Amino acid sequence: MITELEMGKGESELELGLGLSLGGGTPAKIGGGGAWGERGRLLTAKDFPSVGSKRAADSASHAGASPPRSSQVVGWPPIGSHRMNSLVNNQATKSAREEEDAGKKKVNDDQPKDATKKVNGKVQVGFIKVNMDGVAIGRKVDLNAHSSYENLAQTLEDMFFRTNPGTIGLTGQFTKPLRLLDGSSEFVLTYEDKEGDWMLVGDVPWRMFTTSVKRLRVMKTSEANGLAARHQDPNERQRNQPM
Amino acid sequence: MALRLPSKVLEHILSFIDSNEDRNSVSLVCKSWFETERKTRKRVFVGNCYAVSPAAVARRFPEMRSLTLKGKPHFADYNLVPDGWGGYACPWVDALAAKSPSLEEIRLKRMVVTDECLEKIAASFKDFKVLVLTSCEGFSTDGIAAIASTCRNLRVLELRECIVEDLGGDWLSYFPKTSTSLVSLDFSCLDSEVKISDLERLVSRSPNLKSLKLNPAVTLDGLVSILSRAPQLTELGTGSFAAELKPEAFSKLSKAFSNCKQLQSLSGLWDVLPEYLPALYSVCPGLISLNLSYATVRMPDLVELLRRCSKLQKLWVMDLIEDKGLEAVATYCKELRELRVFPSEPDLDATNIPVTEQGLVYVSKGCRKLESVLYFCVQFTNAALITIARKRPNLKCFRLCVIEPFAPDYKTNEPLDKGFKAIAEGCKDLRRLSVSGLLSDKAFKYIGKHAKKVRMLSIAFAGDSDLMLHHLLSGCESLKKLEIRDCPFGDTALLENAAKLETMRSLWMSSCFVSFGACKLLSQKMPRLNVEVIDEHPPKTRPESSPVERIYIYRTVAGPRMDTPEFVWTLHKNPEIGVSRLAIK
Repeated sequence: MITELEMGKGESELELGLGLSLGGGTPAKIGGGGAWGERGRLLTAKDFPSVGSKRAADSASHAGASPPRSSQVVGWPPIGSHRMNSLVNNQATKSAREEEDAGKKKVNDDQPKDATKKVNGKVQVGFIKVNMDGVAIGRKVDLNAHSSYENLAQTLEDMFFRTNPGTIGLTGQFTKPLRLLDGSSEFVLTYEDKEGDWMLVGDVPWRMFTTSVKRLRVMKTSEANGLAARHQDPNERQRNQPM
Repeated sequence: MALRLPSKVLEHILSFIDSNEDRNSVSLVCKSWFETERKTRKRVFVGNCYAVSPAAVARRFPEMRSLTLKGKPHFADYNLVPDGWGGYACPWVDALAAKSPSLEEIRLKRMVVTDECLEKIAASFKDFKVLVLTSCEGFSTDGIAAIASTCRNLRVLELRECIVEDLGGDWLSYFPKTSTSLVSLDFSCLDSEVKISDLERLVSRSPNLKSLKLNPAVTLDGLVSILSRAPQLTELGTGSFAAELKPEAFSKLSKAFSNCKQLQSLSGLWDVLPEYLPALYSVCPGLISLNLSYATVRMPDLVELLRRCSKLQKLWVMDLIEDKGLEAVATYCKELRELRVFPSEPDLDATNIPVTEQGLVYVSKGCRKLESVLYFCVQFTNAALITIARKRPNLKCFRLCVIEPFAPDYKTNEPLDKGFKAIAEGCKDLRRLSVSGLLSDKAFKYIGKHAKKVRMLSIAFAGDSDLMLHHLLSGCESLKKLEIRDCPFGDTALLENAAKLETMRSLWMSSCFVSFGACKLLSQKMPRLNVEVIDEHPPKTRPESSPVERIYIYRTVAGPRMDTPEFVWTLHKNPEIGVSRLAIK
């Protein structure tokens, strides 16, 4: 559970007043006003496809590199373009070489990736990735720190939408509670299970969910229409929906 | 009766003062000291090319022999500054050509340099000796040829990570057959093959050549041939190290290296095959600086190499070195002062973790002289930061990049506030700091309170509110450069601390919540700041409270610049005008 929400509250007593009115642009912590809604969301690469040099990306595609990855934020991680180009080229030759080697000899050890994971692997246990449509930067949430769907939904709402004074979610918008679980809002919560299928969250008992979930996605309701609940018909789903 | 130091005496005293900071202080004492100082300053440094006009600089320092200029903001390195933003070298070269014909050295960083500009340099300065271009762009190999052919006394020509339009390797043949003055040549960023015979001849007739950095197109055979002609090299950047492994190739290479008894610095090593590394063993004991950051070699091979480098002071390496390899570095490289660990996979989704916080802890414990760190890894802990601060209070530069944005201490799930508090408190001489991971406003309260000597601060994806910026601007006394991206605050702290901005060189903020209205207000309030808004959409067409994409604020005595492109708006001081683009091409 991200704890900065609690920590942030204590600091919010300090008011930085200037006596200026900038069209309603007072800081968020002084009574959550509607002003934040006008501020727009956290701006990332997706918003400005033309602004920002894409030299690195262009040369990468020329080098015949692998397709773009899921979370691409401009200038992150902060590696100079020369180095970035070199890395991308390396990956291309590495995968070509690995294919060759795999063909040539029997691979006794795991692929280098897994080997290093074994040696140093301190992957965050219980943490799974959460992405939201329209937000380039994903977050991670610790399932072990949650006991129910409501719990989880609240955390995600706090993460992606600012609902508490003194904190700012990734989208920077102040909205009413999201109600990710009851299908009444613009967004729904979905997850990918171990078999690679995408499901609506909330259809199976919590425990079963935590053992089978691989990652989460906050999806636009309009796009989630195709998703079926597992092992359930629509009537059962109504009954089991948390109130 | 006032006693005045005769200017000749003062001149003599000043001849012992090299540091520009000291000279700046001297020039503030009184008018006569200002005059004497300005007439004797030979090396001029301008940290922001838009802070002062070229003519003013040329006028003030008539005896200038060396000029260093920096252009674009640092975040341009990470593609955050759009092409065409500015930073043109031409106006400077024009002014200097007219007023300072005795200029010998030009060093440019993050500037746009054209071929015409390079030709002008070649034509205007008769005794030109040194050209160093770092992260520059806008020129082709033709411009380099002009420099090579015309500057008879050229000693240093270095192209460091520039983006050059490569029209072929002919430029090398433009060095006159009579030129023997070369001391340093760096063409590592060029792509095209140069004629190896041209290079051999150039190297053979340059007895003073100490530093040579080849581009990847130079083969191992070429390298062997060059080394045999320049055994006096102290700095070497190899070409590509990948080639068919032939036994005689290996022994030739080994022998060539063993003849370079003065080699202290080694870089390049692109695509190095691990089988070739033993050829370097003979130079390892003498190496002071080793750049393996382009060498995709695994930990065991790296350790075999590094355990022989007992004098190593600077090490750049990829995270393939793993924690275990860093443990070896801590054991064998006791003289280490600077460590940089770069990621081998730029993928934000990557799940394998070659290095963890433990690697840096090992080095902090084992290398007593460590003072500069750049470390990329996936996650970190407060405990590790606290240990690092405790063990290495002598750190001067600490740049930690936790690749996962908002990553908390992965053992306790807390923000990394406590850890960075320890760094700020413990490392009293810290000059440069980059923070990352999950950080609340508290972290910045600590930094503001304790990091009194920090001059440059880089922040991404951090903090909760305006308090964060307020802490920094009101606390960090020595702050000169602040760059922030994707942090959730904006107007209030900025306006509250406007006066601070005049004591700094520059402030960069992108993807934050600074409104157009606040930018206007700031610009009107502070006449000696240029408040530049970089935005695809004209700020005027949006509500005043809407955030702008990027702002770059810097102090200047030159007024708003005249060379802004369409997407940069300098906010006018006159409230009635509001926004002006003053783009006079």
